[in-house]
Amino acid sequence: MPNVTTLNVNGTKLRVDVDSQTPLLYVLRDHLNLTGTKYGCGEAKCGACTVLVEGQQMRSCVTPVGRISGKQITTIEGMEKDGKLHPLQEAFLKADALQCGYCTSGMIMAAAALLNKNAKPSRAEIVKHMDANVCRCGTYSRIVKAIEIASGTAKEVAE
Amino acid sequence: MNDDLELEQERYELFAGPLYNFNFNRRQFLKAFSGGIALIVPVSNLVVRTLQDQGESGRRGNERIPDDIGAWIHIDEKGTVSVFTGKVEIGQNIRTSLTQAVAEELHVPLDIVRVVMADTDLTPFDLGTFGSLTTPRMAPQLRKAAAAARETLITLAAEQWKVEPATVRIVNARFVNHDASKSLTLAEVAKGQKLVKTIPADVATTAVKDWTIAGTSVPKIYGRDFVTGKHQYTTDLRREGMLYGRIVRPSALEAKLVSSDTKAAEAMPGVVVVRDGDFIGVTAPDRETAIRAEKAIAVHWQAPGQPGNDELFAYLKKNAAASLGARPVGSGTDDMTAADKKLSQTYTVAYIAHAPLEPRAAIAEWNDGKLTVWTGTQRPFGVRSELAQAFHIPEDKIRVIVPDTGSGYGGKHTGECAIEAARLARASGKPVKLVWTREEEFSWAYFRPAGVIEVNSSVKVDGTVTAWEFHNYNSGGSGLQVKYDFPKQDIQFHNSKSPLRQGSYRGLAATANHFAREVHMDELAELVRLDPVEFRLKNIKDARLKAVLEAAANKFGWSAKKTEGRGRGIACGFEKGSYIATAAEVSVDAKTGRVKIERVVESFECGAIVNPLHLHNQVEGAVVQAIGGALFENIQFKNGQILNGKFSQYRLPRFSDMPLIEIVLVDQKDLPSAGAGETPIVGLAPAVANAIFDLTRVRIRSMPLAPEGIVNRG
Repeated sequence: MPNVTTLNVNGTKLRVDVDSQTPLLYVLRDHLNLTGTKYGCGEAKCGACTVLVEGQQMRSCVTPVGRISGKQITTIEGMEKDGKLHPLQEAFLKADALQCGYCTSGMIMAAAALLNKNAKPSRAEIVKHMDANVCRCGTYSRIVKAIEIASGTAKEVAE
Repeated sequence: MNDDLELEQERYELFAGPLYNFNFNRRQFLKAFSGGIALIVPVSNLVVRTLQDQGESGRRGNERIPDDIGAWIHIDEKGTVSVFTGKVEIGQNIRTSLTQAVAEELHVPLDIVRVVMADTDLTPFDLGTFGSLTTPRMAPQLRKAAAAARETLITLAAEQWKVEPATVRIVNARFVNHDASKSLTLAEVAKGQKLVKTIPADVATTAVKDWTIAGTSVPKIYGRDFVTGKHQYTTDLRREGMLYGRIVRPSALEAKLVSSDTKAAEAMPGVVVVRDGDFIGVTAPDRETAIRAEKAIAVHWQAPGQPGNDELFAYLKKNAAASLGARPVGSGTDDMTAADKKLSQTYTVAYIAHAPLEPRAAIAEWNDGKLTVWTGTQRPFGVRSELAQAFHIPEDKIRVIVPDTGSGYGGKHTGECAIEAARLARASGKPVKLVWTREEEFSWAYFRPAGVIEVNSSVKVDGTVTAWEFHNYNSGGSGLQVKYDFPKQDIQFHNSKSPLRQGSYRGLAATANHFAREVHMDELAELVRLDPVEFRLKNIKDARLKAVLEAAANKFGWSAKKTEGRGRGIACGFEKGSYIATAAEVSVDAKTGRVKIERVVESFECGAIVNPLHLHNQVEGAVVQAIGGALFENIQFKNGQILNGKFSQYRLPRFSDMPLIEIVLVDQKDLPSAGAGETPIVGLAPAVANAIFDLTRVRIRSMPLAPEGIVNRG
C-alpha cells in the first residue's frame, strides 16, 4: 500500500508521510506530536490509546493508519473548544475521576463514544461500555460518576 | 524502632547506594539561591522525627546554612513562592497536599505556591517517594518552614513601617498594618533581601482545628492539564534530534548471550547498533525503523533451568534463611498447652505485577560529558546513583528529572530504563527515548514478592488468644507485628531466595501478613464458635483499632440479617501509622463459580485528614487495586520466562469488577497525619477470603483466592 500523506485530525487536514501499516497511535504521537493519546499495552486491552474515528471509539495502537485515512479523527486535544472544556472533561475534574491521569485521555474518549450513541446511558451500560478501559489507580466509580454528570444522569455530585 | 530499617528488609531492589547523600549542600544551595528569602529544612528533620535544635541565631543575620538540606521554601524578589522537594508526584496527589500545607502557613492563596519536585539539579536530596512518608515527615517540615517564612516576612514588613511585628498580618498574600491603612505585597517585602534561615526548632504551626486550606477538598493541582492531554509524562517528551531506542531482550532471566549477528540491522539507514557485554540495543530516527532493526538482529541465548510456579512455595521454604530479628513477646515456655484449642495453618501469596499504566520510560541526553535523564521513577536520586555507577562518572555530572508520572505503586524504584537509554544515547551521540513495551514491563521490572506464611496459635473457648507464632518466608516484614492483645507472641520474618526479581509494592508485605493473620483469626473464631467481629474485639485493647473495626462493622450492618445468597467477611489491621478495617460481601455464580465482590465497606483512620477528597480517592483506589491481588492476579513463570506477561493474559481489575464501595474516614484531628497511599490496600483480601468461607464453607488460604472461581464448593 502507498504511504498515507494526509490525515483529518481534530477538524484539520494534516500532512504526514508514513507507511500505511503504522499504527495510528504512533502517527499521532511521533509524527504529529499529539501526545495526549497514550500507549498502555499495544494490544487493545487497556484503552489508553482510544480515539474517535467518525465519532466511534477506536484503539489507535492496533489501527493501521491506512485503514482510517480520509476519515475524521478526534483525539483528546480536540475535545476542548475555544478554551472551553468538553462536558466530560469538566465532569472528570468535578468527580476527581483521576489519580495519575495516564488513563484519563482514553477514558474520556471512550466515554465520548458512548455518549455519541447513547446520550443517557444507565450505570450498567456505562460499566459494560467502559469495561475494556483500565485505570490502575482504581478510580472506576469516579469515572462512572463523571460520565453520569456529563450525561446529566448523576444523582448527586461525587464526594 | 527505626522505620527506615524495618522497611529495608523487603526493599530487595534497593541494593545500592548510601542511606544519605548530602549532595545538595551549602555550595549548591547558594548557587541556586539568587535573592529573596529562603527557609531551609535540614535532612535530619525529615529522617529523625524529633526536631533537633538547629541553633537558631539572631533574627536578621544570615546564619550557618546546614550541609544536609532536605527541602527549602523560597520567596523570590518577585514574590513567587517556590517549594523545593525531591519527592515525586505519581498520582497520590502530594503536589496538592504539600501546596495546601505551605499556602496555609504562609497565609497565601494556593495558586501562588509552586512546588518544584524531583529534579536532582534543583531539589535537595531525597531518599525516595515510598513508605507513605511524605505526609508524616515532609509535610510537617514544610509547614514549619512556611510558618517561619511568614514570621520572617512579617518582621521585615514591620521594620519597613517601623511598627511592632505583632501588628502586621498577612491577608490574601498582602501584608497589612493594624488598621489596614498600609499594605505591601510579598514582592515588595522580599525585594532586595538575601536572607537565608534554617527553620527554628520552636516555630509554631497552625493547629489542626484552625486549618482552613489543609483539611479541605482542594482539587488536583494542574488537573486541567490531565483531562486535556496537555500534561507531558516522560513518554510524551521529545528532544531536538531525538532517536528512538529498542533493546534486544534475553530469552529468559539469567540468560547469557552465546552469539549474535547484527549485520542486517547495521546495514539499515540511520540505525546504530550498540553492543556492550550482554547488552544489545538499537537506535533509529523513528520508532518503526528501530523495531525493524531490533527484529533483524539474530541472537542465541542460553538460560539455566529455573523454578516455576508449581514448585515455588516449596522452593521458598527450602531456601529460607534464619529469621531476621525475632522479637518474642511474653514469657513462659509453652502457653499452647494452657489453651483449649490449637490451630496450625499455612498461607501463601503469589507474585504479582504493578503494571503501572505508563510503562518505564526515559529520555537520555549527553552534553559535554554531562548526562541528563528524564524518567518516571520514585527515586530520582537513587537512579542518579545507579547511572553514576553504570557509567563511572560523578553524580554531579548527572541530572535526573521526573515529570509527574503515570503511577508507580512501589514499582518504579529502579533505573534500568534510564541506564539503557543513557547507554544508547552515549553510543549514538544524540538524545534517545526508550519506552518499555508492556511485555518488557512484565518481564524485566520486578514483582511483589511471593511468600509462605505459617501460623500456629492457641485459643481459649471464651475467645481469648493465648499464643501466636507467625513465620513469614520471603514476602516481607511490613505489617508483621500484631495490634491484638496477644500475651505471647513469636513473630519472625525469614529471607529466602526468590526465583523472580522482586521488590516493593504498595503496602509491601502488609497485604500478605494481614491476609494470613486475618484469615487465621477468622478460623479461630470459627473454632470457638464466635462471631468474627466479637472474637476480634475480645482480643483488642488498642482504641484506634477498635474504633475502625466498629466503624466498618456498623456501616456494613454487621448485626443485621445476612443477605440471602451472599457471604460476608471482615478484617482489620494497622500499618505505617494508620488503621484500617474492611468488610466485604461476596456472591458466587452457581454455574461458573466466579466470585463477585458485591460490596465493600472500609473504614480508615490516618490521624488528621489533610484532603478529604483525595484521601477518599486514595482509599477507594486501593480497594480496587486490591481486588486484583485478592481474586486473580498471579504471575505464571517457568525457567526464567514470564508466561502471562501481557494484558490479554494477566487479569486486572476492571469496571465490571467494581463492588459498591462505601468508605468511612475517621478524622482524628488530635493525631498527626499519616500517609494514606498504602495501608488501605491490606484489608480486602482477608475480608473477601472470609466472606467466601461464610458463603461456601470453602476455606482458601492462598492469594489469589479464586482465579478460576470457586470450583469445588463444599
